Amino acid sequence: MKTITVRYFAMFRENAGLDEETLTIEAATAADVFSATRERHQSAEPTGHCKVAINDIMADWDSPVSNGDTVLLFPPVAGG
Amino acid sequence: MIVMTVDPINPDALRRQLFDAGAGAYCGFEGWIRNENEGQAVLRLEYEAYDPLALSEGETILAEAKQKFPFLHAHCVHRTGVLDIGDCAVWVGVSAPHRDEAFQACRYIIDQLKVRLPIWKKEHYVDGHSGWVNCERCAKSA
Repeated sequence: MKTITVRYFAMFRENAGLDEETLTIEAATAADVFSATRERHQSAEPTGHCKVAINDIMADWDSPVSNGDTVLLFPPVAGG
Repeated sequence: MIVMTVDPINPDALRRQLFDAGAGAYCGFEGWIRNENEGQAVLRLEYEAYDPLALSEGETILAEAKQKFPFLHAHCVHRTGVLDIGDCAVWVGVSAPHRDEAFQACRYIIDQLKVRLPIWKKEHYVDGHSGWVNCERCAKSA
């Protein structure tokens, strides 16, 4: 089990009802963390158009996560 | 240089920062808030960003643009917070020796900013509803 801090933005934040939370979960990759949060907050957003960062560095869904990491979940972006 | 700000954007003042004796061309882009999107009348927009990564990713995009289309100076400013119809949400300016580099770099920068920066916009519609742009699937599951 790993302790991971998850930060939510925009629609994900509204859906979860909080900015961040610390989860103790079985997770090898960023995708595993995303999957756990989708289950937890009944979100159906696929990873396809979403982005992820680990400890403030952009990452891939198959990037490994370590105990104590902060995973930032970004819904589809829309700047400009 | 890229800046994230809650303050109104002043393109004229920003443009002056790009002046250079070696520049024969300047290209600027302003993104404005319009009153309609996909058939819905829009009242105002709300922008949210994660500044630390918006800034670092923005600098990466500017560096890529300089590599591809050598220019002299490029700046970008993006607003966050609540914006009204007609407000400038994003400004990109590029000065270069010749127009080709200025046009192409400006186009590259705005196109990449829109798809890569952690920025989200929520549209508030005239009918009282609101929705996150590009996030239809998560909206349905909410």
